This record gives sequence, structure tokens and C-alpha cells, in this order.
Amino acid sequence: MSTATLSKVTLSHLDWLESEAIHIMREVAGQCSNPVLLFSGGKDSICMLRIAEKAFRPGRFPFPLLHVDTGHNYREVTDFRDRRATELGERLIVRSVEDSMARGTVVLKTADEPRNKHQSVTLLEAIEEFGFDACIGGARRDEEKARAKERIFSFRDEFGQWDPKNQRPELWDLYNARSFKGENIRVFPISNWTEFDVWQYIERENLALPSIYFAHRRPIVRRAGGLLPVTEVTPARPGETVEELMVRFRTVGDITCTAPVESDADSVARIIAETAVTTITERGATRLDDQTSDASMEQRKKEGYF
Amino acid sequence: MSAIEKLPTEAIPDNGLLRFLTCGSVDDGKSTLIGRLLFDSKTILADTLHAIQRTSAKRGLDIVDLSLLTDGLQAEREQGITIDVAYRYFTTGTRKYIIADAPGHEQYTRNMVTAASTADLAIILIDARKGVLTQTRRHSYLAHLLGIPHVVVAVNKMDLVDYSSEAFARITADYLDFAGRLGIADVRFIPMSALHGDMIVERGKNLHWYDGPTLFEILENVPAIHAEHAERFRFPVQYVCRPQDSSNPELHDYRGFMGRVESGELLIGDAVTVLPSGRESRVKDIRILGRSLPHAVAEQSVTLLLADEIDISRGDMIVKSGELPQISKQVDAMLCWLSESPLDPRRKYLLRHTTRDSKAMLAGIAFRVDINTLEQQPADRLVMNDIARVSFKLAQPIFADPYAESRGTGAFIVIDESSNNTVGAGMIV
Repeated sequence: MSTATLSKVTLSHLDWLESEAIHIMREVAGQCSNPVLLFSGGKDSICMLRIAEKAFRPGRFPFPLLHVDTGHNYREVTDFRDRRATELGERLIVRSVEDSMARGTVVLKTADEPRNKHQSVTLLEAIEEFGFDACIGGARRDEEKARAKERIFSFRDEFGQWDPKNQRPELWDLYNARSFKGENIRVFPISNWTEFDVWQYIERENLALPSIYFAHRRPIVRRAGGLLPVTEVTPARPGETVEELMVRFRTVGDITCTAPVESDADSVARIIAETAVTTITERGATRLDDQTSDASMEQRKKEGYF
Repeated sequence: MSAIEKLPTEAIPDNGLLRFLTCGSVDDGKSTLIGRLLFDSKTILADTLHAIQRTSAKRGLDIVDLSLLTDGLQAEREQGITIDVAYRYFTTGTRKYIIADAPGHEQYTRNMVTAASTADLAIILIDARKGVLTQTRRHSYLAHLLGIPHVVVAVNKMDLVDYSSEAFARITADYLDFAGRLGIADVRFIPMSALHGDMIVERGKNLHWYDGPTLFEILENVPAIHAEHAERFRFPVQYVCRPQDSSNPELHDYRGFMGRVESGELLIGDAVTVLPSGRESRVKDIRILGRSLPHAVAEQSVTLLLADEIDISRGDMIVKSGELPQISKQVDAMLCWLSESPLDPRRKYLLRHTTRDSKAMLAGIAFRVDINTLEQQPADRLVMNDIARVSFKLAQPIFADPYAESRGTGAFIVIDESSNNTVGAGMIV
């Protein structure tokens, strides 16, 4: 074997990001006794599953998968979620916001309000039910200002709360996942990825995605400067005009607050091309619930949101 | 065994990733500099720009305040200062950058130490009107202490000194005077105006007398951190994979040692030694998800298979035979104390080094460093933001290198088991 090429190999940026994420997942496996990986069927968590494969195969994942279902998810996404878990042969736990509503721990102000923020309650209930000491999630620091300062290993108290002024210092790659019973560590292996990195990784790894990430025809209405899909849970209001448009989703979450963008990108390569020239940030374009105030994410995180 | 494939890294025309740190106070225009980098590299998107335009107008400013881009948390927005390390991202198409934005105030030494721990380059901001200040020395000392190999001194606000080359030359001379005494090897100086965008990405029209590189050119050309010096191979074991799958004979005796290469490189066939047992073997395979790699390089996460059956667990270290680290139950280190509770010499702490934990007790404080004067002072306790030369006695041996030679195996953190907080950061001397 030749050793000539050995001396100065530098990892490409995707290899570096992947390698960091694998290292983080293995630290969770090494340090925590009962972790769980949050898997929604969205693109970030799809990358997380590939990273988990790279981290732990040919062994099983040292954690189950958990989805907190708002009951307002696109069928394409939940079907994909179930299929992917089966293909991997890993255990999928689904806990539903609607069960929390039935228990009375989630109380909606109005029947059609977005349920994203209520996921915190159901997540905390699942953490308690299974005694998870760490939750691995696919959040990224580039998504939102308040996330830019969050640690990779982020400590939450017994109420699931994040205190931005009381974060553990995080140095080098020496992560501290220690917690007492009832407390919890949230871990974000792809903290340092951008939306663009995620798409590049999906292309490189040839990862399958739910179909609604690609351009498709869908009835929509225009509301408050954005596009709103017309569905059973989000009907058109009186006076609104329903149009059939070619759209795709950049994020997939609760139907009531996840808006598509107009696009004819029908492949990952074309989405990358569009993302490279896009002029609107991911959350700005597609998360109606984050527009309420500049500080809304920070507020939600303090309340235990992922 | 499956066919050996080429490393994917060789197929991608990509200059990797560079992590850098910006240090300076609010008044030096640090946030404006970062805003400028993001703005001129076309990283800022329309809705974000609209938001800061609105805020700038609301505050009665006549130009867009790019510093608003890096304002993160509510508390900071109210106080108008940065209170914690924030991370920002941009890419030039050939390189991805991670900026660690550390606050400059004295009480936030721990934030700068945190940000510096992962940085390959530091940008130290100086206000051209004020020249080299105490905080400049402090930032430079910390950058040097944390082993950042490249320092760029950004002499900002040149517009406020009429773009004077004399002012720039004076500051350069002042800085070199004390940098030489600190032992900082690679320093470059750039005159700039972050506000007007001179010498950041574009050269601008105002600094015609300066013929050195722009900040962007320096960032694009700095060598990757592990590519500069020969390094010894260090592989702390994070996790052991034993599928014990009886239905698959290939996996029946599979033992994969999982971890990330902290430094150096490894080839299939290399002779290795496992610590602490001292057992020797050869590398049978280097794997990642069903693929076999011919070699593993620094910062790469892989799974190693060895030719012999050796009992290895998390916390052990695999090194090349003949390149052993120091195996010791005593460490001498520079320690930065990060906690509001002072270091208590009577208490036991947990010391975490690579993937290995050991109980630790303070054996002595040689001196405390006044980071403003850089004087060494006697000390019998340490409080938050103190930096001192200390020694610890350990219950278990660690496998360490001097921090100056290897950050990955020269660094440790101290954990207080009563709170589980990370309370100290150490660099082995």
C-alpha cells in the first residue's frame, strides 16, 4: 500500500461535520445510561439517523427513537418515519400531543392553534415515562439567534428548562453529560451544520426523504405574506382564494404552522441549487409561529421546547 | 473483506473547515466586523437584513447597524453587550467557517477561554485611536495560552484616524514588542474599517498604502490545524462495538473500537499499543459504516479492528507502538477556573481527560497569573476567571501529551461532582 498520499490529508467540511457529529453521539452512548434520539421524519433527523449508523454499525443503536407527534403531521412524513425505523430495525416510540390533551396536561386556547409549542409537555412526559437521561436532537445553531449560543450538550433542569445564563462551559471536545436523576441533557450533534450543509449531506449520502420536500402541486392560500397549505386542519377562510401551486416544504412539522415555498425543484441537486441562491432564512420563510416576536424561540426554549 | 475505497476527502475540492475566534470589546467594532464578514460573504438573507434595517431605523441610526446581526439573547439586547460565546457560520464555496464570538470584558475570561479552545485562528481587534490596551494583552495572552496557532491583529476604525499609515505602524510596533515576549510566533496585522468594509472582503479605496492581504485572503489561506506539523497518533476509545450476532459468523467475534483520531494518522497494518494494559497488536482494519479505509487521519471518527483479541474499554487509548504518551498520576497544568464557587484545595474533583475520568485533588498552586500585567503572584485559592499554574494528584493514571504539542491529549476539564458542573479547564505543561 502506498503511504505517499498520507501526510497532508485534510477532511472536507462535510467529513469534518459528520465526524464531529459521530463523536458527539458516541459520547452520549459512552456517558449516558438511558438516551433517546428524537426522530420526526424531517430532513435534519434523517441526517441524524445516518450519523447514528456511521457511529454504531454493525451494532444496534444504543438508544431507541422517539417522535413527539402533534397529530397534525403530514401522512407522507409519518409514513416515512415508520418505514425508516423498520428498515433500520430500530425501536420507534411515538408519543402524541393528543394524548397529553386527553390527559388534560395540554390545554389548547383555540382548537386550531399550532401545537408545536405543546410538544414540550409531551416530550417531558415521555422523558419521565421512560426515564431518559439524554435526548439527542437535530437542532442547528444557524436556525435562530437564540440557538447560536446553545451548547452542544445542553443541560435542562427538572422542569426541562434551559437557562441561557447558567450554561455549562463547553471546551475542546470534552463534553459533560452528567446529570442527577430527573434532570436531562439535550444533545445537538449537528449544532455546527447549516441548512446548506444538511442538503449537501443528503445528496452525498443519497438519503431518502419524505416526498413533500420535493416540488409537488398543492392547494394553497396566501395569508399574511406567506403560503398556507389548504388541508383538513387548515381550511381556507371565507373570502380567501385557493390556488394550485408547485411548492415544496423546507421544514416539515405541524401542518398548522409549516408553510411551503414556491418551487419546481424536484431533486436534491435542484434544491441545493435553489438553497444556494435563496434569500429568505429557513425559519423566516416557513415557520409561522416563530414570527410572533424576535425573542419567541428563546422564550420557548426556556419553557422546555427542544 | 470489502474492497478498500478511496477516502471521500480526496474526491471533494474543498479546503475543509476553519474555526476562528474574534476578541475585542463592544467598542472595538467586533460585532460590526462579524456582521461585515457575513454581509460581504453574502451569508445574510433578505428577511434577516430587513429585520436589522427596521431595528436600526427604530434606534435612529442612518446606516444599517451590522452589529445587530450577532446580537443573540434578550438579556444582551437589553444591555447592549454580548454575554456568552455565540457561534456563526459562513462559507466561501471552498471553505466553511465557524466563528466563535467571545465577549471582551474582563469578567468573561471564561467565555474567551471556552471560545479559544476550539479555534485555529484568533482575530484580535484594536481600536486604531486607542492602540494596544490592557485588554489587547489579555486577549493575546489567552489566545496564546489556549494554543491558537495563528493570530491576526485587526487594527480597526482606521477611518477615524484618517487612514494614517503612521498610526498603523505605531500600533504594529507596540504589539510586536509584547507579542515577542509572550512567544507568539505567527502574527499578521491588517488595517481596516469594518464599518466601511475596507480590507475585510474588499480592499476598499482608502488604504492604498497597505499591500498585504485582506482578512478574507488570510482566512482562505491559513493551513488546516493538523496539516502543519508531524503528529503522534492518539486514539481515545469512546465506545466498544460487540454485536455478538450469532446468526452472522462475520460478526460473531467482532470487536470494533470506536473513537475519533485526536492527532496523527494511522495505516492498516500499523503496530499499536493499548493503554493502560500495554498490550500490542496490529491494525487489521479501519472502518466506517461497512467501508474499509486505508488510513485514518486527525479528527476523523472511525472504528478500529485489531489483529489480536484484546480487552479494551472506554477510557483506554490506542497509540502507535514506539510513540507512547506520558502515563502519569500527577499532572502539572495551567488551569482556568470557570466556576462561581472557588477552587477548594481540600476537596476531590473529577478530572476528565479524553474519554477518561479520574478523581483528582489539588497538590499545589505554583502561581496565579495576573492576566492584565502578566505577572506571576502567589495564591492559595482560585476564583472564577483566575488562571494559575497548578498540579493535581490523580487516582487513575492518564495518558497525556503537553498541550503545546497536542491539544486533544493535553487538555482536561474539571467537574464538581456535587453540582455536576464543569468548573475548570486545564492545559498540561
